[in-house]
Amino acid sequence: MPAAELALAPLPAPRLRTLRMPWMALAALLVTLVALLPFAFILWSAAETGWATAATLIFRARVGELLVNTVLLILLAVPLSGSLALALAWLTERSDLPAAKLWAWLAVAPLAVPAFVQSYAWVSLAPGLHGLAGGVLVSVLAYFPFMYLPLAATFRRLDPALEDSAASLGLSPFEVFRRVTLPQLRLALSGGALLVALHLLAEYGLFAMIRFDTFTTAIVDQFQSTFNGAAGNMLAGVLVTCCLGLLALDTLWRGDERYARVGSGAARTAPRARLGRFTLPCLALPLLTTALALGVPFVTILGWLEKGGSEIWQWSLILSTLGQTLLLAVLGGLLAITAAIPTAWLTVRRPGRLSRFAEACNYLVGALPSAVFALALVSVAVRFLHPLYQTVFTILVAYALMFLPRAILSLRASIAQAPVELEQAAASLGRRPWSSLWITTIRLSAPGAAAGMALVALGIVNELTATQMLAPNGTRTLAMQFWSLSGELDYAAAAPYALAMVVLSLPLTALLFHQSKRMAGR
Amino acid sequence: MKSLFTLTIALASSALVSAALAQDASDAPGGLVIYNAQHQSLTKEWTDAFTKETGIKVTVRDGGDSEFANQIVAEADLSPADIFLTENSPAMAQVEAAGLFAPVDADTLAQVPEQFRPASGKWIGIAARSTVFAYDKTKLSEDKLPKSLVELADPAWNGRWAASPAGADFQAIVSALLELKGEEATAAWLKGMKANFKPYRGNSTVMKAVNAGQIEGGVIYHYYWFGDQAKTGENSGNVGLHYFRNQDPGAFVSISGGGVLATSKHPKEAQAFLKWVSGKGGQEILKNGTSFEYAVGNGAASNPKLVPLDQLDAPKVEPSKLNSPKVIELMNAAGIL
Repeated sequence: MPAAELALAPLPAPRLRTLRMPWMALAALLVTLVALLPFAFILWSAAETGWATAATLIFRARVGELLVNTVLLILLAVPLSGSLALALAWLTERSDLPAAKLWAWLAVAPLAVPAFVQSYAWVSLAPGLHGLAGGVLVSVLAYFPFMYLPLAATFRRLDPALEDSAASLGLSPFEVFRRVTLPQLRLALSGGALLVALHLLAEYGLFAMIRFDTFTTAIVDQFQSTFNGAAGNMLAGVLVTCCLGLLALDTLWRGDERYARVGSGAARTAPRARLGRFTLPCLALPLLTTALALGVPFVTILGWLEKGGSEIWQWSLILSTLGQTLLLAVLGGLLAITAAIPTAWLTVRRPGRLSRFAEACNYLVGALPSAVFALALVSVAVRFLHPLYQTVFTILVAYALMFLPRAILSLRASIAQAPVELEQAAASLGRRPWSSLWITTIRLSAPGAAAGMALVALGIVNELTATQMLAPNGTRTLAMQFWSLSGELDYAAAAPYALAMVVLSLPLTALLFHQSKRMAGR
Repeated sequence: MKSLFTLTIALASSALVSAALAQDASDAPGGLVIYNAQHQSLTKEWTDAFTKETGIKVTVRDGGDSEFANQIVAEADLSPADIFLTENSPAMAQVEAAGLFAPVDADTLAQVPEQFRPASGKWIGIAARSTVFAYDKTKLSEDKLPKSLVELADPAWNGRWAASPAGADFQAIVSALLELKGEEATAAWLKGMKANFKPYRGNSTVMKAVNAGQIEGGVIYHYYWFGDQAKTGENSGNVGLHYFRNQDPGAFVSISGGGVLATSKHPKEAQAFLKWVSGKGGQEILKNGTSFEYAVGNGAASNPKLVPLDQLDAPKVEPSKLNSPKVIELMNAAGIL
């Protein structure tokens, strides 16, 4: 080969040993298969019921009623949450609203109030509140932050150059917003809307307390009447279909337009709009939202605490309940993170068909209501895996599967930041694959793992439906105790448990707020 | 291989921790496992006093009547429960029909009169409650009250009464109707009910709604009213109780049952618990405690504030015949569940 040609030939890349980890793929596959259990259960129970019986249980008037209720709820609550969140996000991120930072915080803070505590507050304040109107009001207040978070983050990141160009081409400010800004918010809107809609489908406590029947409340009613009877299982099948429908809708609506800056340079920070004489009316919106979403629960909880006096502080019971809750939360968080490692690692280091399949399945399963998980696990354990029946292990598995997407998301971001070269160097220096992974990537992704664990743990603290159905004999969590006391209308005795859940959820809120800021890079 | 090993260790350790916890919770030596569908507060009074007296430890799992009955049937011979306590008879009848109860000791049966236990002797009455129509005294005068539970399915009662259909209490009342009037009449009544009634969750919630003027009346059990009156009366001040009497289905007195499972690993202790609850100790808690349920033991007095049981003129119903699965099937068909 002539020297000139040789010089042009690309240098061979330095060959570091890549990790060969077939076990990782196997583990990811295993976790995925276990996660698909609810689907298998639905199909199995339909087959066992027999198609004819199943059809009479599915195509009956009651299911129609529930479907109408659920659809109306989603059609009202999701757009209302979206509009509220959009207005608040614009005010806090793009206008010169006084104390915008404080209002931004307060728009996320309602996440610290579990939905059924929000409902409890409203029911004890306005006992007549019920049905669709009540359900929509309380669920908007409980869930709008899920839409506010991505919208605010997107507003912060928007490149003002696009809007400037549109304005210089003669569009009115309103047209600029409609034709340029809004389309860029589409991903945030659809993602947030999906999250809210899935929560609406899965929520039990909120709607049970406000007396609004949805599929989930009907499934729990059936469970309380028949344990794992066919009618309940069929309702679960319909509910799962609804969830899948929402996911499909989201995929369709999300679109694939791209709004990214190409070329050099970085986007400026967008200028804030002057509210001028509209400042005061605009302040009314965050003020009112805060009063309704935070003021009402706090005033109610504190009111009941005062009314109940010292009698309601049965410390030994409260502390043992708190202890059991925290233990479940920590163990569940650990299990979720352990189960998330294979999939998270594969999606970053070995993107391919398997990793995409595992990831997609896990998100699909993460969209399922906890009542369906619980029903599936309890039925499978009682029939086929009796040694696992009513054990802490089974409930931990349920928690881990339900909250797996949270764990994968946090972990994946951290793994992606850990340089692959370290793994390879460790392997080249003679470490065995798992050990090189352990001393490099896994250690470096500890912050993400910790954040993911916290997110899962806090989800577990506020989990009611699956906990009630799967808890081992003698187990009592804060949510269970709160629920049974408020069910007997002992609102005062329930207040300390409500307070404990809110206090424990505050770090979650702070974490989410922090994460969304980091996501926006500011 | 090492990776598999580590992963296994991680999973196994959580399994071990879980097993240890489970051990701690349910398999404590001599600990009885009770599937409790009775009010948590009442069962707690019972178990605390029982443990204090006998030293036998008790673990309670709380749930609903028919949930547990179906659960016990699903668990079959692997049920971890030693004892099943309910608020109503249909769930007991269901477990009895599945052949999962051990016979109750003869001297325990002798503690309770025949009308408060099934002829089979497979379980025993531990307390009783009466159906009532709780009404808003400011809206309904006594002459406007329904004469019979059956009337509530008439169009005249459209939108005027409430019930808690997902609860075992109301389902027991329907099972009495089924036993007394037959399937056809019950299905027709449920259809009328579906058109007329407003669903609530829990009997206390029904009473609260009546008290707040949201609805004129509701079909519940008697003790919710007495319990609230004994506390602050904040949810029952405007509420009056109407007893249907005349052996009407609405005068149904429901027997709360207790039974020992045939698979119990601690049959002696379990029988001792049943004997204690249906005996003097357990029955006095009904009289003196805050439950306001009727005592059923031989010569046991109920709380003096209650209308005496023998004045209620309840219909005669054989508790073992109450058919809970059929009731749920009919309620499903009527679109109530």
